[in-house]
Amino acid sequence: MSVKLSTRQVGDVTVVDAVGRITLGEGSSALRDTIRELVGKGQKKVLLNLAEVSYIDSSGIGELVSGFTTVTNQGGQLKLLGLTKRVRDLLQITKLYTVFDVHETEASAVRSFV
Amino acid sequence: MGKHSQEKSQGVDQFLNSTLDSVDDAETLALNLARDAGFAEEDLHRIGMAVRESMVNAVVHGNRFNAEKKVHVSIARNGTRFVIRIADQGEGFDPDSLPDPLSEENLLRQSGRGIFLIRAFMDEFKVRRLQPGGTEVTLIKYLAAK
Repeated sequence: MSVKLSTRQVGDVTVVDAVGRITLGEGSSALRDTIRELVGKGQKKVLLNLAEVSYIDSSGIGELVSGFTTVTNQGGQLKLLGLTKRVRDLLQITKLYTVFDVHETEASAVRSFV
Repeated sequence: MGKHSQEKSQGVDQFLNSTLDSVDDAETLALNLARDAGFAEEDLHRIGMAVRESMVNAVVHGNRFNAEKKVHVSIARNGTRFVIRIADQGEGFDPDSLPDPLSEENLLRQSGRGIFLIRAFMDEFKVRRLQPGGTEVTLIKYLAAK
C-alpha cells in the first residue's frame, strides 16, 4: 500500500495527514506533489502528521528533507507530528531528528508555529 | 514463528525485472524467508528495508529500469547466517566514494542514504564487481543463538 495524503486546516496551519508507506514511487511523489502544491498556494505553515505512517525508506526520507527545504526556502515552516518509533529511529540514525521540529501532539505543534 | 529447518537449505534464486514492482517482490520474498528463519519483528523490518534499498539501487541506479536487464536475487540461510545477494547488470559503483550522508554539508541532501541504511541495518555488507558488468551486493544478518 502506498501513502494516502489528506489536508485540513487548523487555524492558519495546514495539517497533512499521511497514512501508509512513503517509499520510492507513488508514495514519495505524492508527498512531493502535495507539499509543492501547498507552497504554490502560499501556505507557509505546514504540519506533516506521520502518526499513521508505518514505513519510510531512504527515498521517503529524501522527500521529507526536500519538503522541509522547499517550505523553508519560501519563508515557511514544515514540522512533523506523531512519529512512530521506527520513523523516529530512522531520523535519529540519519541525524535528521534535530533538523526537524518534531511534536507529540497536534495542539502543541499548532501552537509552536509563529 | 520459526520452523525447525536448520538442516534444510531453504532459499530462493530468481531473476527479476528492472521495475519497482520487483522491489516489492524481493522485499516480500526476503521477509517470508526471514520470518521462517525465526527473526524477530524489528530484525524483519531491518532486513526488509535493507533489501528494499539494495533493490532500488539495482533497479534504478544499476539497471536504470532497462527492460533488457534483470536483477538476480538469491536468498539462503546458511547456519546462523541469513544471506541475501542482489546483482544488477549496470555500470557498477564504488561504495567508498559515496558522500557521507551524516556530514553537515550533506545532511539536507535529498538522496544518498540508501547504502548508509543498509550498513546500519545488516551485520555484514559487501559489494563485488561482476564480469563482464554489474554489481553484486551481499547482505548478511545473523540469527541470534538461542
